[in-house]
Amino acid sequence: MLDLFDDYTLRTVALGSAALGLTSGALGSFAVLRRQSLLGDAISHAALPGVAVAFLLTGSKAPLVLVAGAALAGFLGTLLVMGVVRTTRVKYDTALGIVLSVFFGFGLVLLTFIQRRPDASQAGLDRFLFGQAAGLLRRDLLTMAILGGLALAVMLLVWKELKLLAFDPDFGASLGFPIRALDILLTSLLVVAIVIGLQTVGVVLMAAMMIAPFAAARQWSDRLGVAIGLAAAFGALAGVVGSVLSSEAERLPTGPTIVLCATAITLISLVFATRRGLFWQSLRGRRDRRRLRLAAVLADLLALEEQHPDAGRGHSAAVLSVMSGGALSSLEELERRGYVRRLDADEWQLTDAGRQRASR
Amino acid sequence: MTSGQIEIQLIAVVVAVACALPGTFLVLRRLALVSDAISHSILLGIVLGFFVVGNVNSPVLLLGAALVGLATVVLVQVLERTGLVKEDAAIGLVFPALFSIGVILISRYADGVHLDIDAVLLGELAFAPFDRLEFWGWDWGPVSLVVMSAILAVNVAAITLFWKELKLSTFDPALAIALGFTPALVQYALMGLVSLTAVGAFDAVGSILVVALMIAPPAAAYLLTDSLPRLLVLAAAIGAASAIGGYWLAYALDASIAGAMATMTGVAFALAWLFAPGRGLVAAARRRARQKLEFAQTMLAIHLANHEGRPEAVEESRVDHLDRHLRWDADFALRIVRLAERRGLVASDGLRLSLTQAGRELAADALAR
Amino acid sequence: MSENGTPAIEVTDLTVAYGEKPVLWDVDLEVPQGTLMAVVGPNGAGKTTLIRTILGLVAPAAGQALVHGRPYEEQRRKVAYVPQRGSVDWDFPTSVLDVVLMGRYGHLGWIRRPGAEDRAAAREALEQVGMSELAGRQISQLSGGQQQRVFLARALVQHADVYFMDEPFQGVDASTERAIVELLRELRSRGKTVVAVHHDLQTVPEYFDQVTLLNVRRIASGPVEDVFTEENLRRTYGGRAAVFGGNGA
Repeated sequence: MLDLFDDYTLRTVALGSAALGLTSGALGSFAVLRRQSLLGDAISHAALPGVAVAFLLTGSKAPLVLVAGAALAGFLGTLLVMGVVRTTRVKYDTALGIVLSVFFGFGLVLLTFIQRRPDASQAGLDRFLFGQAAGLLRRDLLTMAILGGLALAVMLLVWKELKLLAFDPDFGASLGFPIRALDILLTSLLVVAIVIGLQTVGVVLMAAMMIAPFAAARQWSDRLGVAIGLAAAFGALAGVVGSVLSSEAERLPTGPTIVLCATAITLISLVFATRRGLFWQSLRGRRDRRRLRLAAVLADLLALEEQHPDAGRGHSAAVLSVMSGGALSSLEELERRGYVRRLDADEWQLTDAGRQRASR
Repeated sequence: MTSGQIEIQLIAVVVAVACALPGTFLVLRRLALVSDAISHSILLGIVLGFFVVGNVNSPVLLLGAALVGLATVVLVQVLERTGLVKEDAAIGLVFPALFSIGVILISRYADGVHLDIDAVLLGELAFAPFDRLEFWGWDWGPVSLVVMSAILAVNVAAITLFWKELKLSTFDPALAIALGFTPALVQYALMGLVSLTAVGAFDAVGSILVVALMIAPPAAAYLLTDSLPRLLVLAAAIGAASAIGGYWLAYALDASIAGAMATMTGVAFALAWLFAPGRGLVAAARRRARQKLEFAQTMLAIHLANHEGRPEAVEESRVDHLDRHLRWDADFALRIVRLAERRGLVASDGLRLSLTQAGRELAADALAR
Repeated sequence: MSENGTPAIEVTDLTVAYGEKPVLWDVDLEVPQGTLMAVVGPNGAGKTTLIRTILGLVAPAAGQALVHGRPYEEQRRKVAYVPQRGSVDWDFPTSVLDVVLMGRYGHLGWIRRPGAEDRAAAREALEQVGMSELAGRQISQLSGGQQQRVFLARALVQHADVYFMDEPFQGVDASTERAIVELLRELRSRGKTVVAVHHDLQTVPEYFDQVTLLNVRRIASGPVEDVFTEENLRRTYGGRAAVFGGNGA
């Protein structure tokens, strides 16, 4: 862990991953809220040909150039998705699938085409495919920080407008807000978040970094601001922990490790988060069922008593089991609480307290 | 063409057709992105299968990977049923995780073996002819071709056998349940087919392109026809054409065959989007232009009819006020009036318009519809 | 026309079509100020489209709508919208107060955040709909009636003159229904105008003073006593649209 402060490469990778986690966690939240979770997947796949074209046109592999190409291609992809959905009967998920795979395929054609060129210059471009966090340089970090910072700043600026867009766009439009333009703005922010993360986790895994943090955060809070803040934190955490783990262990590629960290955070949140968590739900369920069982046995004892007015007589657990299954453990619990008394090995009787309680 | 080239194209066509069939149902059932999810998580299945069997070419691998594909769908459903995560988010949580596990396993334990991540995403169609199936002293052809043909046969058989169930559960799930079919069973069977096809196609075209072949040709066909059988045939045909076109594109550019095939499916979709008779953008634009004039004349007739015989008719039927009442600019209004006059729908006394009987009938007709 | 004589809403020749399908045809209607107008009609009659077109959410093929004599875009401050409850995802992580505060966003304009004054206005609106204690409640935990009250409070906080509501009584409990009727009457007594798409014909005469019968065309519109007749209802709901006689009501 201390390596984090000594090792320059690790520091760069960790910071870059944290930046990625922060921005995609925060901005991805809005996509998830709008049921557009997989838009991130489509945008990141669509970004690939942009990288290749940017290189082909400018001959430069400077991060800003490539990222700009990726952003333009990603943005174009979303425009096409919206266009297809609006003008044909093809549905949203199919349109996403088409853009995702076709753009990506085209990107591969370009990449392999570049590869065959005499200057064999494709190296450095295909790290966008799988991410090559270890290849992150200081200048990449700067680009990520600036772009990410800008995107987050814009998000904070138009926070309430984005809330309107996500929750009730029709109402927002009736107030006079340009919902169409806000939609494009949000999409642009998503594009920025994605392209800065591509180099680290790659095209395939980017979707997870936009979805997992918010899926996790949502389990902990019912307030938008807190949830999104948490999502950013979870994203950054996954980024840092993933980078550190990946550098400590052997042959643990960074991208997938970060994603698994994010997924782990999500799973833990789903199970253990207060109130909503599955663990607490099942506990509550068990407690409720137990309460029901105890009440059932008490009621049955009362009914039996009324049927057999002979006050001294007890009833066997076997009879009770017939009436409400598995009565023995319930009887023992009831005895502990003073509602039932044991007359003999298999004879049980209501106490006064028990009688009172059963009559309620 | 060399025999190798022919074989490659043959494999490509078989893969495309095999993908188009289950893909059509995915598109119709709005499950397109499940193909994305399955095709990524199969990597894990292949890795696990490899650990079990130790040999990359075993058919057990195929089965194992297909099972993982199915497991993906199950996991997504489990997540969704907790009520804590929406369906699309569930998909985006499951497949990257499974894919990551697969990549990590390969990195740590299978390094240097034939499993190669690039191949996973991109396929190795160019090398397929070299990997031949030799059995009983006979060269059956490339392994990929044999495997994919078998899968294609399974797909065709399954779709034919379960035609009724598939059709019903796709278009009317409620009715299907009422009739006693279990749509859930059909769903899982479909997912099984998708998984199997994706695994088989994996070798040739890689995972992302499986998505292209499963989604884009059926989507293009969806714009061209309303009949399910024709949809399937068209999707297969478009897929096959994209495969061959893609091959030659890759040949010309000396680039990835699979990528080129995916690009061609995109081109096919774009062509359908633009030029589909009736539904395409071009046809729609032309229709809009034509309809605008007809529509406007009908609107004029209805407008006049609405106010006919009522006190405000005097105002509403003034020629020079049409632009205000109907929100038309003066030139357009004049043009429409002239057209309507020529068609005998209205008569003008210079200042006001009045409906003819023909005009009145047109208005009544339009509203009765 | 004096301010008092101007109709709250004036719609002329409004026509909306989706592709070739007409949804609203040449609709004229007037809503006097200070009245409660119900809009009724069968499914697909264009009721929601009517409201959304007046609000500028849908572009008409022809015709126009005026609010207090001026186009809607100039009068946004005077208009409040209560959409159907089913149009939002109630799982959204936000509280009751937060939703009501959204009603103030129009006043705030871009970027500015709600302040103490806005929060006070929101609490006051919640008071009016009887939801004060639930201000901090997460909206997914609300009942149908409570959700409707939240939407109403969000509209009230806009201090508008004209209120458009889409099926405000749909799926609410009896006490909420009574509360909403109270609220509408109170608005009317202050000279406000309410136009509500209403799903329950039985209660039209009791809750509203004006009614518009709509089935793609305006079948009839005006005071309930005059317009809400069996004849008109038959024409609205009875299948085919009426044939022009020239002298129909």
